Amino acid sequence: MKKFFYILACVAICLWFLGPLFFTFLASMTPSSDFYSMDKIFPSKLTFEHIYKLLVNLGGWRAMLVSVQVALIAIAISFAFGIPAGYAITRYIFRGKNMIKLVMLFTRSVPLVVIAVSLVTMYLRLNLADTMFGVALAHAAMVLPFVVLITSSIFSGVFVEYEEAGMIFGLSRFGAFLRITMPLALPGLAASAIFAFIMSWNEVFAASVLAITNRTLPAHILSTAMASPDYFKFAAGTIMAVPALIFIFIIRKYLISMWGISLK
Amino acid sequence: MAKVILNEVRKHFGNVKALDGINLTIEEGLFVVLLGPSGCGKTTLMRCISGLEKLTDGKILFDDADVSNTAPKDRNVAMVFQSYAVWPHMKVRDNIAYPLKLKKVPKKEIEERVKWVAELLHISELLDRFPSQLSGGQRQRVAVARAIVHRPKVLLMDEPLSNLDALLRVRMRSELRKLHDQVKVTTVYVTHDQTEAMTMGDKIAVMNAGRIIQYGTPEEIYRRPKTIFVAGFVGSPQMNFLPMKVTSSGNQFFAENFGLRIPLRTDPRKDRLTVGIRPEHIFLEQPGNSVSIGATVYFAEKLMSETVLHLMIDGDTTIVVKVPYDLSVEENDKMQVYVDLNRIHFFDPATGERIEL
Amino acid sequence: MKRESMVPLLLILPALVYLVVFIGYPIVGTFQLAFSSPKGWLENFKYVLSSRDFLSAFLNTILLGVVVIPAQFVLAILLALLVNKKWKGYKTILYIIATPLALSDVTAALISYSIFAPNGYLNKILLRLNWIERPLYFFGYLFRSREFLVVILTEIWRATPLVFVILLAGLQSINNEYLEAADVFGFSAWEKFTKITLPLLKPSIVSALLVRTLFAFQIFGVVWLLAGRDITILAGETYYWYVFMNNRNIASTYALIIAILTFIVGWFYIGTIRSKHLEEGVRT
Ligand SMILES: Nc1ncnc2c1ncn2[C@@H]1O[C@H](COP(=O)(O)OP(=O)(O)OP(=O)(O)O)[C@@H](O)[C@H]1O
Ligand SMILES: [Mg+2]
Repeated sequence: MKKFFYILACVAICLWFLGPLFFTFLASMTPSSDFYSMDKIFPSKLTFEHIYKLLVNLGGWRAMLVSVQVALIAIAISFAFGIPAGYAITRYIFRGKNMIKLVMLFTRSVPLVVIAVSLVTMYLRLNLADTMFGVALAHAAMVLPFVVLITSSIFSGVFVEYEEAGMIFGLSRFGAFLRITMPLALPGLAASAIFAFIMSWNEVFAASVLAITNRTLPAHILSTAMASPDYFKFAAGTIMAVPALIFIFIIRKYLISMWGISLK
Repeated sequence: MAKVILNEVRKHFGNVKALDGINLTIEEGLFVVLLGPSGCGKTTLMRCISGLEKLTDGKILFDDADVSNTAPKDRNVAMVFQSYAVWPHMKVRDNIAYPLKLKKVPKKEIEERVKWVAELLHISELLDRFPSQLSGGQRQRVAVARAIVHRPKVLLMDEPLSNLDALLRVRMRSELRKLHDQVKVTTVYVTHDQTEAMTMGDKIAVMNAGRIIQYGTPEEIYRRPKTIFVAGFVGSPQMNFLPMKVTSSGNQFFAENFGLRIPLRTDPRKDRLTVGIRPEHIFLEQPGNSVSIGATVYFAEKLMSETVLHLMIDGDTTIVVKVPYDLSVEENDKMQVYVDLNRIHFFDPATGERIEL
Repeated sequence: MKRESMVPLLLILPALVYLVVFIGYPIVGTFQLAFSSPKGWLENFKYVLSSRDFLSAFLNTILLGVVVIPAQFVLAILLALLVNKKWKGYKTILYIIATPLALSDVTAALISYSIFAPNGYLNKILLRLNWIERPLYFFGYLFRSREFLVVILTEIWRATPLVFVILLAGLQSINNEYLEAADVFGFSAWEKFTKITLPLLKPSIVSALLVRTLFAFQIFGVVWLLAGRDITILAGETYYWYVFMNNRNIASTYALIIAILTFIVGWFYIGTIRSKHLEEGVRT
């Protein structure tokens, strides 16, 4: 009886969470004639035509490249600034440390909606308006507090003795960080980088406001989707979802702790 | 190998004076044990010697070179951490060889030295494993191997045995000591286990509250503890301390209380004394030069090979007596015990300092 | 000593400066934009607060929150209790529940559209089952209330996992001994849940509630894509005024209102978290 209930619950969960995804993927690969015929739930054949057209003819590929570049630059910047800060927070005792943590928590919860428009004004002066780089800078600001907090938690998982042993046995402080702590922290850091990638990949508001011609994929979809035929919408959903799902799958082991840090 | 000189070493963490003026000279090649209660600054002192902590004040010299401001990597010290800190991302072999590589030792020689140390510590079969595949005892050996293989001037060990089970601890104790006799590197060894200190150290430095109270051979520490603190800290069960009044008849001075009358050799020039008597120096049969005291059995701990008696000598004063055999006594039994007068310690109750009488 | 204590600050400084430049300064800029108007410094606010659009945007945003958040909590608690049993294969279910977390609001909207579109799978299935004769329409100004329903379902689908993850973490940190003790005293399952699990879960619930409420004021992508301005919302108005009306001042005024609401809610929650005693072993 109990077992039956569990199985039922699991089936319901799978249907509820995976069903819509499945249908979107299906729709994106359904020939348009099949899609518009009301009595065809499952298509007669699968086609990549919509996805191909969306990518090649409708600017999807270009937008995807912008998205990837934005995410990579955002990761580079946020990790370059975030790793030293995260390291300092775990490894040093200093005045104002709790202040710094509070600042990170606060800035993490400032919505990009609030600052995006004002950023445009700043960008106009800096000649960054409507550039891919400008979007990347904003995304880096969005990701940076998260990176600081998560790297600090990753570094605190690497015993300080390992690093100290390194210093005693012939490494400088920086050398010990590079040779001992970094290799040990690397899996966690890689997972956070992927997580940051998804955060940037999914962000739409700032990306839409900050750039008009250099739009990231979600911004591009937001501005064009409504005017496109339905099957392009599903194709768009698919190309947005698939990379994110793949990446999430790669880092699944770290997800719970990372969500813990990014949400709380 | 080096002589280590600590000169007025101070280390403060905010208001906490972890080290409060340490003066110590550790002779070349000696095995010195730092002994003291938790929080007295042992680890801090080690970290200062290694360079992991910067001194607040004072100087550290290796031989005649001032290393106070030298980075740890340039001090040529080695350390065995309490948690071992064997790098988990390197195989045992690389853990041992890595410090040598950093020192640019030729490859050939690295191989030889790793082989030598692996044999010395019986870890030859473990060289190609990762630390996660080792037991605690094995990991500890690897940590020791890594420490001695690069021939440090000073070898520092911070409670290296505290994570091992009792049996292994006893074995490693003698092995570490034997190892030291083979490699003869100046060693500073931290513990708060006094058996470890007594059996392993050439000399013991007893610390309390950031200071070194006494530095001497185990025998000196045991025979002539410099303060009440040292006397109480070293020896198990703890030394009995009895407050006594000084009396005199003619030229002869006595310490008197609890029906005990202990003759003093000279005038203590004090009204009161604290008399220290170790439990193992109180006997049930009269030894040569002794005084006797009447007592009631309050409680007896029977440990098979020895018996620890808690005896009431006064309304609310008990003394502890250790006899090296199984004794059958009942609570409230009355008995007569004998204090060996040659092994009595006297302390100034005001300062806690030892007084020779 | 002096030099040593400078090191951590030097390590943190770049990140701090970056955040000041790219988050702190723009916040100030938002204030500037919102409070500058040729007619007077409060004019933008007067205009926005007296407009019908604002009122409906405000009410819609609140309404969405009021409907969506409780539903998410009930669902999330049920899911978390189910997964927390740690039966064989619970990890798989956990990941399945978590999949929407990987997806953006834009994606979620498109996914939802595949179900509810005129030619979507809901209509196809219902037609096939002969439950309806003509396709149901969910989108368009005329079907605003249905649109609202779709937005709500989408939001529940998309963000329940977020609550779920926080609650699950909270559940897992509850010491099992409390529940075993309750067993000893003969508590029923329901009593165990209300008397033990729920009180101990409170910190997690509060922090999940905080996160959800903060996000509720920023809701944008789902509504914008599915309903456009049929259903106005605060973030949508910000976007509209900037992108379509090219008016940065009004857009910033809306943004500032969002910020103020966020701030008030955050303050309120943090106040409640602080004042509550925390059980041993439970983290906030
Ligand atoms: N990084 C630090 N910051 C502040 N106080 C510290 C720090 N390290 C040590 N202390 C303090 O300095 C004193 C000495 O600590 P230390 O670790 O040297 O003691 P210990 O003798 O090694 O103790 P144990 O036997 O428990 O290991 C303690 O009061 C401790 O709280
Ligand atoms: Mg210590």
